[in-house]
Amino acid sequence: MIDKTVASFEAAVADIHDGATVMIGGFGSAGMPDELIDALIAQGARALTIVNNNAGNGETGLAALIKHKRVRKIICSFPRQSDSQHFDAAYRAGEIALELVPQGNLAARIHAAGNGLGAIFTPTGYGTELAKGKETREIDGRHYVLEYPIRADFALIKAHRGDRWGNLVYRKTARNFGPLMAMAADCTIAQVGEVVALGELDPEAVVTPGIFVQRVVGAGAYA
Amino acid sequence: MNRLSREQIAARVARDIAEGAYVNLGIGLPTLVANFLPADKEIFLHSENGVLGMGPAPAPGAEDPDLINAGKQPVTLLTGGCYFHHADSFAMMRNGRLDVCVLGAFQVSVHGDLANWSTGEPDAIPAVGGAMDLAIGARDVFVMMDLLTKRGDSKLVADCTYPLTGLRCVSSVYTDLGVFAVGKDGAAVIELVDGVSLDELQRLTGLPLALALA
Repeated sequence: MIDKTVASFEAAVADIHDGATVMIGGFGSAGMPDELIDALIAQGARALTIVNNNAGNGETGLAALIKHKRVRKIICSFPRQSDSQHFDAAYRAGEIALELVPQGNLAARIHAAGNGLGAIFTPTGYGTELAKGKETREIDGRHYVLEYPIRADFALIKAHRGDRWGNLVYRKTARNFGPLMAMAADCTIAQVGEVVALGELDPEAVVTPGIFVQRVVGAGAYA
Repeated sequence: MNRLSREQIAARVARDIAEGAYVNLGIGLPTLVANFLPADKEIFLHSENGVLGMGPAPAPGAEDPDLINAGKQPVTLLTGGCYFHHADSFAMMRNGRLDVCVLGAFQVSVHGDLANWSTGEPDAIPAVGGAMDLAIGARDVFVMMDLLTKRGDSKLVADCTYPLTGLRCVSSVYTDLGVFAVGKDGAAVIELVDGVSLDELQRLTGLPLALALA
């Protein structure tokens, strides 16, 4: 019997190593896997490269990971916000490197990794500072910038419900980067609101097929 | 000098959005446009975090932390609306499915270049979000802004001096002092605000402006 459920958040993140590249789902706090991040903070891995749309909001989740000085580099589209004080302080102190990527290119580069592509040509950013030094090409009269995939050792994502084979459905706008990151990491760890029995998820409505998910952890795992 | 209020600019933008249009309203000032879209027309609001058919803010107490807009404010979903992941959401831009996006700006050039993500200050922390994707990703990019900065400098310029968001992407500029078309032929005034003349606009912007009233 194949059972990808893991008994605790601690066990789910136990093997994340120093220097790992870790994708973290979420757009702001919607879809942010706070409990997995808390477990990662407790576990102690450092010098992480983090991929997320933002650079932490408030005091929880990714913001807490940065506050605990576990992040060496962040790849994101929108770090600066009214409540990104922990990133702001680390960035100004020179403790954290930033790779700024337009949001759609971030999604496309993660998607490219998940699709097994070697690179993509994207129109976004052409002629701007964020394309400086990058190869460009004109294809059918439109200008494109060469961008490379973003892959990760681990992805920490949040889904609404999952089963022991790793099939996932999401909830509303908390879906955001989850399905893409699940495809782009060697080991995808999904925190779910509820673990359900095989067959309870409508096969027509599964968003992330279990082949992309290695571990599932959530309230239902203990039931 | 007579100036349109922010609400009046938003109402003016709303008049140019047709029934059936797929529309993204940028963070900040452009979100005001939603308040002026006619209730008797079906217009699809897109939010880049993964919603089509976005509705207004929920009643107090009915907020759902899993249902937010790109500005991370709580919103609702209209009947018939749907959710999707980020790759699908930005595909809607890059492959030309969005009809209109409305954005704020620091500067717009007469040729339609847009600068709205960075003032280029050396100590500022950069943040771009979806601005560059939106700039190249809608059939019509409408900019909504005050024509002048607080210091009185024109934000409609011959060439942008701030870092660019997109090249040759803006089609119309809605301001407190007039509505402009921009593009390969340069800038033209397409609508005057009562009491503001073409000469006055040319003086304020320092630009030669054609008059092409609709």
